[in-house]
Amino acid sequence: MTTTDYDRAPRLVDLGSHGSLVGNLEDIWAPKPGLYGWIVSVDHKSIGIRYIVTAFIFLLVGGLEAMVMRFQLARPNERLVTPEQYNELFSLHGITMIFLYALPVLSGFSNYLFPLVLGARDMAFPRLNAFSYWVYLASGIFLYASLLVGAAPNDGWFNYVPYALRAYNPGPNMDFYALGMIFLGISTTVGSVNFVVTFLRMRAPGMTIDRVPILTWGTTTISVGNLLAVPSVSLAFFLLWMDRQFGTHFFRAETGGQPLLWQHLFWMFAHPWVYVVVLPAMGLVSDALPFYCRRPLVGYTAVVVGTITTMVLGFGVWLHHMFATGIPFMALAFFSGASFIITIPSSIAVFSWVATIWTGRPVITTAFLYFAGFISMFVIGGVSGVATAAVAADLQLTDTYFVVAHLHYVLIGINLFAVLGALYVWFPKMTGRMLDESLGKLTFWIVFIGFNVAFFPMHITGLLGMPRRIYTYPDGVGWNAVNMISTIGSVILATGILLYVIVVLKGLKSTERAGDNPWDASSLEWATLSPPPHYNFAVIPYVTSRHPLWESRLPGQGAMFRRDEGLALADGKEALATTAIEAIPDAILKMPEDTAAPFIVTLAMSIGFTGALMHLWWLAGAGALASALGILVWLWPEAELAQRAEEPR
Amino acid sequence: MLAPWPATPMAYLFGDGDMARSISPLLQGLLAIAILVAAIVSALVIVGAWRQRSALALADTPIDDRPAIAWIGIGVGVSTAVLVGLIVWSTVTMATISRPSQTAAFTIAITAHRWWWEATYRSGDTDQNFSTANEIHIPVGAPVRFTLASADLIHSFWVPALGGKTDVIPGQTNVTWLKADHAGSYRGQCSEYCGAQHAHMAFTIVADPPAAFESWRAAQAKPAAIAQDKGALDGEAVFQQRCSKCHAIRGSRADGDRGPDLTHIMSRARLAAGAIPNNAGWLSAWIADPQHIKPGSLMPKLPLSGRELADVRDYLLTLK
Repeated sequence: MTTTDYDRAPRLVDLGSHGSLVGNLEDIWAPKPGLYGWIVSVDHKSIGIRYIVTAFIFLLVGGLEAMVMRFQLARPNERLVTPEQYNELFSLHGITMIFLYALPVLSGFSNYLFPLVLGARDMAFPRLNAFSYWVYLASGIFLYASLLVGAAPNDGWFNYVPYALRAYNPGPNMDFYALGMIFLGISTTVGSVNFVVTFLRMRAPGMTIDRVPILTWGTTTISVGNLLAVPSVSLAFFLLWMDRQFGTHFFRAETGGQPLLWQHLFWMFAHPWVYVVVLPAMGLVSDALPFYCRRPLVGYTAVVVGTITTMVLGFGVWLHHMFATGIPFMALAFFSGASFIITIPSSIAVFSWVATIWTGRPVITTAFLYFAGFISMFVIGGVSGVATAAVAADLQLTDTYFVVAHLHYVLIGINLFAVLGALYVWFPKMTGRMLDESLGKLTFWIVFIGFNVAFFPMHITGLLGMPRRIYTYPDGVGWNAVNMISTIGSVILATGILLYVIVVLKGLKSTERAGDNPWDASSLEWATLSPPPHYNFAVIPYVTSRHPLWESRLPGQGAMFRRDEGLALADGKEALATTAIEAIPDAILKMPEDTAAPFIVTLAMSIGFTGALMHLWWLAGAGALASALGILVWLWPEAELAQRAEEPR
Repeated sequence: MLAPWPATPMAYLFGDGDMARSISPLLQGLLAIAILVAAIVSALVIVGAWRQRSALALADTPIDDRPAIAWIGIGVGVSTAVLVGLIVWSTVTMATISRPSQTAAFTIAITAHRWWWEATYRSGDTDQNFSTANEIHIPVGAPVRFTLASADLIHSFWVPALGGKTDVIPGQTNVTWLKADHAGSYRGQCSEYCGAQHAHMAFTIVADPPAAFESWRAAQAKPAAIAQDKGALDGEAVFQQRCSKCHAIRGSRADGDRGPDLTHIMSRARLAAGAIPNNAGWLSAWIADPQHIKPGSLMPKLPLSGRELADVRDYLLTLK
């Protein structure tokens, strides 16, 4: 028996003279082989890529749903689908894109990148990280099971009562949605906790809080936002489920309930959620655009302050989804004002990007094209949003295709364009292979043109008075041509997305090796191998500036960064915790081994939710009990995870 | 007014009624600013990328942050000034449309149903009260107040050419007003998703010159004409038996209140909340199979014989 003292001061080593260190780390961090190894893995890189792949699959499914809708709307009085099928399609499309694609894909990038850009070995809670992925996957499957039994949610993603109540919606459609959202909320919540703690405590020594990449600010900000917003929607869906299953009266007007209560609870969550699915994407662009502009981002501090301010104000604008509900004048005026004002912090980032391009020396790569397109789409989505902040104008615009155009410019423009660009940036890091640049540029133009042909005319469709969520429209109201153009655009966009998928699949087979830093980029993830080893960094680097890899070429900073010199942590699966602000080394963390616990708890919870859905209360109880047992086993104190432990020999 | 914009039935960028006309300048201003801002920023991105673009690949790094930060200061400063101006403009417009410029002439009580609109006109003399559906007449030049109640779900009352939306929410009565400056028909449509037939929940506001409005109102208040010929009389009997649970015809024993009041059905231009024109052919088609025209409609397909169908149609055709 020997005792490993985790209060020891880690050794500062130079890899050149400690060659054996790498071999030790390889052994310590080696994953388990095979399918079992895949299921039990808690490696943030593996989990991050799974998130991205899963979210992309949901994107394709949601896109397919959209295509059916576009064909139905291509001509007036079309009968391709029934009204009920159309209503399920638009509901699933929204749910899929907003909940199963937009945040998860960003969580994927954040999961992959957080430890790498922060100079850490893993996320703060690796098992929780795996759990967050499995619950996301399980809740996605749970929601889609509704389609297989022919009872998909049919009340839109916003799910207004009373239509969502049992009197009008007797099938299990809404129960799938209500329980699925509560389930998914667990994933979002634990994921958010993990990002916040990782951001605060897992940064490399010397990476003070003003030296972290913007992406981590974006994701941490929205994670705090999620912790405040998700309870609202989980509660709303729980109350809805109670009304439906047990006859409570939260939302039923006949018995003294309040239909508007649903709208308040929902939008208190769902408006902040809009920022949740864009701020990390803005962070990705803020970090990567400078790589291609060959200069640091203009106005780092202003952009960070803008990010946080946007999120804070984002909690004070939810009523602008409800301007037509008959709310008193003063409340309308307040929320309208706030909706105008929130544009100010959002605009900081836009001018920062423009200045970065204008004062840099842009290299026009595929990723740069996506980011440039992103800025334009961001502004179009932003200014059309400003139009809806004016109450009087909104009374005309709301619930028309103008809003459909606006939200797609926001979600596709700010989220999807950023993601498609970001994958070009970090695919070489993830796989060690490059994506094809010339095919990539061609794909960009198809996606860009298709998107604008599909969605720009929708502004006009809205100004011509076409309401949202109608499965068909009459001839002679003036909506024929604009709808046909949108459908043609959507076919072009779909072609572009398919081509993108092909380029990525081709990239996986590419023999062109990426090298550690193909873009000559500035942040820490480029200071390790492509793909990175399981332990990310052989030694924990010491950071003295915002742009470690550019130090030697940025004046006034000096070249302090040493890739091969840092703290050696190789006495087991170890990581370093640092202090929240100054990033001073604080403790050595013993990281957990791979474990099946998150997967098993997720299975148990899936059984519980399925039982609740089917009114099999014994099954729901069994699922809950199994989850509790699984969590108990998971959290059982283990000597080897203690800060000071007796190491068995 | 000759608008530089297609004058389609649901367009509102150049409004016609009082409220819509107050909103139009704000809407046009917001869109003009939006287009301008999007154009400026896009141009900056394109020109910036083009002007500065490196001939070669990723090379070295310039740095000086100081002149660049001014971009953010100027950009955010100008945006803030514009936004504050817009807040003022927006609030003033909101105050303008919150009530009509003169007192409303009278009130029409709207009840939204899945998927049609009930309009009830009341007056001091209760004999003159009547209810109609989907075609709502108002006098030109006088603001009319609308109370909005729902029989079931949330709907939204919207006549784009005349004014903005007001939601119709169970458990509360919202109020709005409309004023038409010109005689004519103005198309409206439910704009809050309300299930299967949200797409077919249109209505028409017909603005009549005051005299024509008064005679319309007097005609609507009268009970139905007594059926004369045999077909219509047989049709009335079938109607009593098969249709009167849901539909009312004042002056007959039919007094159902689930569906539209049909006392003067043939005075309306369209059927099924705007879904189809109102004539003998479409009326037959609608009675024969409403589920084909409006799948999910609460009106069932009744097993009527060909003869019964023709009689009911003939009876309804007398209800002018």
